[in-house]
Amino acid sequence: MITKLTPARPGRWAATVATIALLAGLAPGFAAAQDAHRGGTLRLVSVSSQGTLDPHVNYTSQFWQLYAFLYDGLVGFKKVGGPESKEVVADLAAALPEVSNDGKTYTFTLRKGVKFSNGKEMTTDDVEASFQRIFKVLGPTAGTFYNGIVGADQCLAAPADCTLAGGIVADKAAGTVTINLVAPDPEFLFKLSAPHASILPAETTAKDNGNAPIPGTGAYMVKSYDPNNSMVIVRNPAFSEWSKDAQPEGHVDEIDYTFGGTEEAAVNAILNGQADWMFDQPPADRLAELSTAAPDQIHLAPLSAWWYAPMNVNLAPFNDVRVRQALNYAIDRDALVSLFGGPALAQPVCQVLPPDFPGHVDQCQYTLDPGDSWSAPDMDKAMQLVEESGTKGEKVTIVTEDNAASRGIGTYLQSVLSDLGYEAAVQTISGDIQFTYIQNTNNKVQISISQWYADYPAASNFLNVLFGCDSFHPGSDASINIAGFCDKGIDDRMKAAIALGATDPAAADAEWAKIDGAVMEAAPALPLFTPKQVDLLSTRVGNYAFSNQYHWLIANAWVQ
Amino acid sequence: MTTDRPETGSMPPADAAGGARPPPAGPWRRALQGLASSRTAVLSGLGLVLIVLATVLAPVYAKHVAQTDPFRSGLSAKILIDGKRSPVMERSTEGLGLGVTPIGPTWGPKYFLGADNQGRDVAARLLYGGQNSLIIAGAATLLCLVCAAVIGIVAGYAGGRVDTVLSNLIDMIWAFPVYLLAISLSIVMLGKTFEIGPIHISSSSLVVPIIIIGLVYVPYVARPVRGRVIAITNSDFVLAARGLGIRPSRILWRHILPNVATTLIVFAPMLMALNIVTESSLSFLSVGVQAPNASWGTILQDGQALLYSRPVVSMAPGIAIMVTVMLLNLFGDVLRDILDPKSVRGR
Repeated sequence: MITKLTPARPGRWAATVATIALLAGLAPGFAAAQDAHRGGTLRLVSVSSQGTLDPHVNYTSQFWQLYAFLYDGLVGFKKVGGPESKEVVADLAAALPEVSNDGKTYTFTLRKGVKFSNGKEMTTDDVEASFQRIFKVLGPTAGTFYNGIVGADQCLAAPADCTLAGGIVADKAAGTVTINLVAPDPEFLFKLSAPHASILPAETTAKDNGNAPIPGTGAYMVKSYDPNNSMVIVRNPAFSEWSKDAQPEGHVDEIDYTFGGTEEAAVNAILNGQADWMFDQPPADRLAELSTAAPDQIHLAPLSAWWYAPMNVNLAPFNDVRVRQALNYAIDRDALVSLFGGPALAQPVCQVLPPDFPGHVDQCQYTLDPGDSWSAPDMDKAMQLVEESGTKGEKVTIVTEDNAASRGIGTYLQSVLSDLGYEAAVQTISGDIQFTYIQNTNNKVQISISQWYADYPAASNFLNVLFGCDSFHPGSDASINIAGFCDKGIDDRMKAAIALGATDPAAADAEWAKIDGAVMEAAPALPLFTPKQVDLLSTRVGNYAFSNQYHWLIANAWVQ
Repeated sequence: MTTDRPETGSMPPADAAGGARPPPAGPWRRALQGLASSRTAVLSGLGLVLIVLATVLAPVYAKHVAQTDPFRSGLSAKILIDGKRSPVMERSTEGLGLGVTPIGPTWGPKYFLGADNQGRDVAARLLYGGQNSLIIAGAATLLCLVCAAVIGIVAGYAGGRVDTVLSNLIDMIWAFPVYLLAISLSIVMLGKTFEIGPIHISSSSLVVPIIIIGLVYVPYVARPVRGRVIAITNSDFVLAARGLGIRPSRILWRHILPNVATTLIVFAPMLMALNIVTESSLSFLSVGVQAPNASWGTILQDGQALLYSRPVVSMAPGIAIMVTVMLLNLFGDVLRDILDPKSVRGR
């Protein structure tokens, strides 16, 4: 539209010129106000690091939180706080993909001008090589998240020769990448949003890069990393913000992450202003003190997580559903919440899907008055079930991790099992090995304490992963279906619900709620509680935002 | 021989005047007399008896005084204080309402030392824990002394290849740092249930820490025992016995074992003290006593999570360990002065 200027009185002209001049004068001031929080160093502390820096290999929440601002995938979860953080947005792709071929083909057009921290421009070659690399390095989710890509079977069989021929089709001239799936997967965009699908330079060696930082496209890059000491993260000089939702520029100039010490020392450091945040949860005996002495420095956020006790359905006495149900009736979930720091930090649950999660509908079968929520244990019912099972007096060993929370829960369960008439004992194992130890059926673990944190917001990520027949691998350390539960009927319903999600997500969620109830009827696990995240920040940190996927969004915070 | 204590196998000295006089008191009798005349030995011995008595009476205390089951979680338990029923686990109501703190010392019959993070009576657990700590340390000491005596005597008396093999075996075990060896053994043994014929040892059994702790210190005792046996084997009375054609088994039983026994007895209290500390360390690291059993080490571990809010939970077993170990060492010092021929103060 063309606007014709009409002659005006001299005074009006003067006012207009003055206004323009004033606005022009104020512009830098506005910009300065926008940047007022830019700069400074954020000091993070953690009791330990979490091993390799390689985003295709590392599978820990601690490092996934960092990958949020170090690496990008074709798509990613929105980097904002609150419920919107579950949304998938275009990241290295210019827009969300075109889905065709009945949900089996995803076509992405890459953004132009995106550079890695080594200055090299990102191309379709990097995307193609990155997907091959997921299999070549035997990424932990290669066989679960990305096994639906055409050619993935061959890659899983012979990782070194992985080409994903027909699965990943790149058109360099057009700047497009097409991903072909064997079957429709309504959760595929979630899986692509995980750090394991980060796009790395094509020349990255096809092996776990360990402590050596790999160039990324994120707003920051790792300058140095010593897993026993520290990590220094600085701004990526080649970065230019293309989408605030996908990869915001970040406020601080440097992030210093120190490893070592204790949780107690970390709390003291934050209270004394020597550190800005601790990865580990503050120790339970400091919570009451912190909640009164530094309430403004504490941020609580609900987690898409589940603390539970898987019961081995193939080993006595838990091979009898009545025993599993009895224990579910017998435990005092309020007591378990107390062990975790009280109701402000955990919510009692008696189902698999956490609150506010897709497919979650409040339900509790194992309480004094079965209904929507847990009210009190029903010890009489529990005793009756144990009597009927004829298993009284049998030996039960609870395998826990060597930390206060896990050990405390184990000790409590031992007490409850003793009340039910079993000869119960607790076996504590180092946290480094407990998770794999309890998965391996050769270790004959009857019951253990474990946790599951959602990889992405889909009910299948809990129910299908933890109780699907495909997740049970006898004799393997990687058998995440720890209970060894495999009900063909429920398994078929889960597969159908996954498929239904592609066409009717609401109907799929309703079906998942029913599956949640069906799984709990078989009681392969003892739901304990849904925990909350406690973030203790120093007084100088501002702009706290919590994402369901990445937890505290470190790069969104400022220190000045 | 520099000691005034005669070897068991030697002849009593003749009276200078040539007349008959009552035979001198034997080494055991003189040891008892020495202990009775030492104020340190009497006081430390009395202290030890009191500790043992207190731990033996743990069930009585738990049932009739504290009226609690110290092995059962009491997270929902309540207690009457000043006519008001209060929860044993106090939920924070101030500020953000975070945290749950167990009740502190009431200095009354119930929860005298407060509760731990399972809402259990710390005082009752301390007594039960002491019972287990002392049983483990005592049994491990016995096991260690028996093994060390057998190895040391066989190696020292047989000599030759047997000595070479056994000595190298001892040296090999000795080469491992004690705690590293104990932790390694614990990790292996705690993961399994042992079934050897009719013997069934579960991973939570106290026998597991007894075996582990008993074995790791064997070289420390077997070495000196072997040395002592070699010295005794070459002494005149043993050579004479051999010359008279007395069977080796009789020599071992009648002449060598009684003389080695004093060495073993000197080791006993010190080894016991060492074993209490070792058991506590292993239990503190979760590789010793396993729940539902308790020991001073496990209570110390429970207290670690309450160091800021309820320090008494870790201080109480810490003090118990310190006092017991100190008393054992004091008693052992006196015993060594009396029985050890090389002891300067014992001359």
